[in-house]
Amino acid sequence: MEYVLIIISALFVNNIVLAQFLGICPFIGVSNKVGTSVGMTGAVTFVMVIATIVTYLIQNYVLVPLNITYMQTITFILVIASLVQLVEIILKKVSPPLYQALGIFLPLITTNCAVLGVAILAVQKDGFGLSHSVVFAIANALGFGLALIVFAGIRESLDLADVPKPLKGVPIAFIVAGLLAMAFMGFAGVVPN
Amino acid sequence: MNQLQNFSKGFIKENPVFTLFLGLCPTLGVTTSAFNGLGMGLATTFVLLMSNIVVSLVKSFIPDKVRIPSFIVIIASFVTIVELTMQAYLPSLFDQLGLFIPLIVVNCLVLGRAEAFASKNNFLSSAIDGLGMGLGFAFALTLLGGVREVFGSGSIFGFKFIEGDGMLIFVLAPGAFIALGYLIVLIKKLQKA
Repeated sequence: MEYVLIIISALFVNNIVLAQFLGICPFIGVSNKVGTSVGMTGAVTFVMVIATIVTYLIQNYVLVPLNITYMQTITFILVIASLVQLVEIILKKVSPPLYQALGIFLPLITTNCAVLGVAILAVQKDGFGLSHSVVFAIANALGFGLALIVFAGIRESLDLADVPKPLKGVPIAFIVAGLLAMAFMGFAGVVPN
Repeated sequence: MNQLQNFSKGFIKENPVFTLFLGLCPTLGVTTSAFNGLGMGLATTFVLLMSNIVVSLVKSFIPDKVRIPSFIVIIASFVTIVELTMQAYLPSLFDQLGLFIPLIVVNCLVLGRAEAFASKNNFLSSAIDGLGMGLGFAFALTLLGGVREVFGSGSIFGFKFIEGDGMLIFVLAPGAFIALGYLIVLIKKLQKA
């Protein structure tokens, strides 16, 4: 039941993009086509889950015992940056088709604040064990994907719409995102805090 | 380009938020009031200024291949300084900004200036660029925070000028997207004038 609550909360109620404002750059940047959005979601899910596991272990077995939690920001970002490189190298060797599909998105992920954000949030939550953190990471990645893919679908139809000239491009994208965020607010209160 | 232009380009012409669309996560996430926007803007300015200075000084010692990781370590160090200083002296602002303080490290604006400007220019130009871009970012965040505070709570910098509540939607997540969308239109208009 706990896990179900974590998933519903991350997907709908506290959606990482639309309610917590993490990962806005790829949300606005690569959401022109549904296809690229799916690719981006795959890459983010992959990195986010591995990054959360590794940073969780580092936080609890290295930083806390040594009493150097102030090194958290530096350690986490280094872990994520090297992890992205590692994933890229391994994918290239092990699964070329997957690398073809996700490859171009991987370098972008280092500066995707959703990955670092989820890693930090997961170690900050009280009573989160490793399994909770993994579920939390998967749920947030899916929440990111949900927002991205829905938004891409809207933007594809928006290309055909008659938008007032000054609003064309990015401004209308933000306004649409605002309306989408408003729709997601309808889920507020579904999960007790 | 003279140094005055170098400094002032960040405000309107190449404003990081309104025209380059960099650093959008903190822009949307913390601007529930003008004061929070200003605080986040100044914290980012400090990191940007210091990282630009250090990168421009050490650029000739860093091998090209490990350029990006080195920049990230430099940036992360200054973010940690900001984090600890703010926690000690401005605890209420630190609580308000929360997760977005460590996330300065993945603000694409900071890494973007280090890579695009400081790694190619001398110490003085880089410092001025960092300061100008940082203050331009702070300006954008304060403006957006101000707009949201005026409409959302009927106050500015905490001074209330109407009775009762404002339009709550502006303080909530959807208001951030919509207000930013219209501000971009406004700034585009100003750039053409």
